[in-house]
Amino acid sequence: MPESWTAREQILSRIRSANTGVNIAARETEYAAIERAYQQAASMSRETILRTFAERLHEYDAHVVETTSAEIANAIAEILKRNNQKSTVIAETFPAQLLPEGFAWLHESQTTTLDRSTIEGAISACEAAIAHTGTIIIKGAREITLLPDRYLCVVYEDQVVETVPEAIAALEKYAAESLTFISGPSATADIEMTRIRGVHGPRFLDVVLVRN
Amino acid sequence: MSIRVGEAAEAPSFQKAALPLLDNTQLRKNVRHATNVITNKRAIVVGEQHDWQQLRAAASSIKEHTLRYLDHYLLQFEEACTKAGGHVHWAADADEANRIIIDLVKQYGGSEVIKVKTMTSDEIGLNKAFEANGIHPHETDLADMIIQLGHDKPSHIVVPALHKNRQQVREIFMQAMGLSELGDKPEDLTNAARHYLREKFLKVKIGFSGANYLLADTGGVCVVESEGNGRMCLTLPEVLITVAGIEKVIPSFRDLEVFLQLLPRSATGERMNPYNSLWTGVHTGDGPQHFHIVLLDNGRTRLLNDPEARQTLHCIRCGACLNTCPVYRQTGGHAYGSIYAGPIGAILTPQLFDMQHSQSLPYASSLCGACYEVCPVKINIPEVLIHLRGRVVREQQSGANLEAVGMKAMAGIFASSRRFEAAQRLGRLGQWPFVSDGWVRHLPGMLGNWTSVRDLRPLPKQSFRNWWREREAAKTQKDKADA
Amino acid sequence: MRISLFITCYNDTLFPETGKSVVRLLERLSHQVEFPLEQTCCGQMHYNTGYQAEAMPMMRRFVEIFQDAEVVCIPSSSCVAMIRDHYPKMAEACGDSALVEKVNELLPRVYELSELLVNKLGLEDVGAYYPHRVTYHASCHSLRSLHLGDLPLRLLRNVRGIDLVEMQNIDQCCGFGGTFAVKNGDVSAAMLADKIRCVENTQAESCTAVDNSCLMHIFGGLHRQRTGIKTVHLAEILASTEEGKGE
Repeated sequence: MPESWTAREQILSRIRSANTGVNIAARETEYAAIERAYQQAASMSRETILRTFAERLHEYDAHVVETTSAEIANAIAEILKRNNQKSTVIAETFPAQLLPEGFAWLHESQTTTLDRSTIEGAISACEAAIAHTGTIIIKGAREITLLPDRYLCVVYEDQVVETVPEAIAALEKYAAESLTFISGPSATADIEMTRIRGVHGPRFLDVVLVRN
Repeated sequence: MSIRVGEAAEAPSFQKAALPLLDNTQLRKNVRHATNVITNKRAIVVGEQHDWQQLRAAASSIKEHTLRYLDHYLLQFEEACTKAGGHVHWAADADEANRIIIDLVKQYGGSEVIKVKTMTSDEIGLNKAFEANGIHPHETDLADMIIQLGHDKPSHIVVPALHKNRQQVREIFMQAMGLSELGDKPEDLTNAARHYLREKFLKVKIGFSGANYLLADTGGVCVVESEGNGRMCLTLPEVLITVAGIEKVIPSFRDLEVFLQLLPRSATGERMNPYNSLWTGVHTGDGPQHFHIVLLDNGRTRLLNDPEARQTLHCIRCGACLNTCPVYRQTGGHAYGSIYAGPIGAILTPQLFDMQHSQSLPYASSLCGACYEVCPVKINIPEVLIHLRGRVVREQQSGANLEAVGMKAMAGIFASSRRFEAAQRLGRLGQWPFVSDGWVRHLPGMLGNWTSVRDLRPLPKQSFRNWWREREAAKTQKDKADA
Repeated sequence: MRISLFITCYNDTLFPETGKSVVRLLERLSHQVEFPLEQTCCGQMHYNTGYQAEAMPMMRRFVEIFQDAEVVCIPSSSCVAMIRDHYPKMAEACGDSALVEKVNELLPRVYELSELLVNKLGLEDVGAYYPHRVTYHASCHSLRSLHLGDLPLRLLRNVRGIDLVEMQNIDQCCGFGGTFAVKNGDVSAAMLADKIRCVENTQAESCTAVDNSCLMHIFGGLHRQRTGIKTVHLAEILASTEEGKGE
């Protein structure tokens, strides 16, 4: 191997010599032929899927309330009151008409990182949610859903799918965006395997599940 | 090419390193507790996943396929990531990777770096290289922080500080953080870490991470974590530098549907870990505005070149094989003399690094197969261990080696049933010096390792074949008499 | 059925009672047992320790001796695992297509004892009598290579007079691992200590398994500690009858 070769050339050349006899023309067909016999489509009823989603979240110490689309603002108001939350930052894409009156809102674009670290809570919607694993997936809004101690996410029931593969398929259109999969409040089990909630991320996760 | 792994180059053999660990009561209690908790949790969440075997099969196929076209997928990743505003660097070995990373930190004028847990940075000895260049790395994963502040070494690839209990962690934190008071509940300790690190997260301008998956089709990077320290490091700094082994690439975003199901259940026994972050190059107004990724070889292409062992590169670093391994459960990770411990370490370390002690690692297993059974990407670890044992034997052929002489003699004996019978006779006669009161209690040399804690029954007077021969002879005689 | 017995080198030398029991059991069940005297060893110790070249002639030898057998019975799961898991690729590595074919033809006729009884002969009750408190150790190869599952337990549950007790961590390795017990004697001893604790907790008189190798290891510790607990191969329990009482 020539000395003058860059690491890139060296590595690629070594890979190619380790893979002699591989026909690049067959790659796509070969990839498509990978057997994916695992569950992809939903198998449970919608009602069971939603119940499972809520149960999984409970197991992660998240708090779930169900509401209707007309009652979203009230549900949010109740949570904020219960938590005695004084300051809340709202994700850029979150529809203002869903917010209850009588609270002071800060908007994502109007806050700095330092602000976000002192604000008590954040609110956003999500792109998809997974019942099987109790996961919500958000696009962007990375800082505001991380720095405040409380995070409230509004999930519409149509967004909740049963399986991970269904969610990945639904997210395909955002594949190149920044996506965060959130399954409960931040946690660690690094000390004696005892699960502790809230290390660096939000310690409290509230989910408002909006029923049709 | 010089390859090295942290400070492991002069580590003692597994046998030697294991001895003091077996006597470390506290460590063994901590390791037993931790591995029991994780294996039990894992068994529950894997048990409920009815398509587990199908997921494993798919993951194994995806990895196999990716390795076959690794050059293509790396180039595809490079192109997509560059297009999305990222910078892709290639490093043939540890030194080159460290040089690239340190130059980048200097270029951005940093003297501190916040790090999210990465085995790969331990593999290349990055923290040492940082410090030699006046750059201070802050480990932010709770366990890594315990290791860093306690000047210790990781003993597990997922929970590196599992050998420490809460009292030990408390002492480390009090000393390193200058605290005069601190409780010893896990909550107290976690809280101390939260306060200690929050300030660093907000202040330090350069973040550093590893990667769980590189997505070839989008140029995206995925990091899987629990505490939120990862998200902090990946989101808040102005600059993000990531290092990833070349085997971390997977063909497509879609493939996450397989790995995101396998990894958390295998690693921590959770249905899903709290956070997965996925980003692609630079996202305007959201997260770091400068992103660099270093693709690392450091022995991986050499491994790729061995058809029987290349499956080692399927590894997704879940640690399930460590938790289930009856050997690891006795010794913990430090006996393996490498950041990669347990069964996967026993096959990865000897292949990635040239170390004397690593010749003992393929033998640090009873070949019980528990590792293969739990591996989410179906690495047949026992098979690779046996393959590597073959390599060790071939490399040791030169010197006069008692074991090799014995094995060759045995092979000669087994080549003929007459020789085998003669050896049986000889054994029955020759064993008497070692037999006392009807038992073998002391054997010489290596075999003494057996009799140190185990008795042995002497060879019985009659072998099976002699019994059979007598019986056949008696039968024939009887038949004759009857006739 | 004409059953060829591959006794294995260590059973032949160290545990002839196991072989005798297999013969008695199979003959009691009206089968014809053959024992080709040219047999020696399957090559497992050499292969697993890294002496793969030395194991090759042993593979060839086994195949030559047993290629015409109707079925081969082996009272040792680790030797069956050696043959099943490694012979095909060893034959491939020889580049001898005739050998590959012979191996592939022979493999489906090779049975571990409990496989032979339950899967091939369709028996779970072999008419045995063994009035003792017994615990069963599921050896690693029987479990994770042969996937025997509960075959041996099904046979044991049908033994009259037996008081079968399940041990904790039944599937945990005893620490033998062939040359592992010598090369890593101390770690192996720690694993053995765990296994012995589990055996003792059952208060059984004896511990059984389908591998005498594991049993030799477990017994080595049980005897050194003077626990008074015996080990006995599954074949010996199954061969035992009220009339014969161990013959």
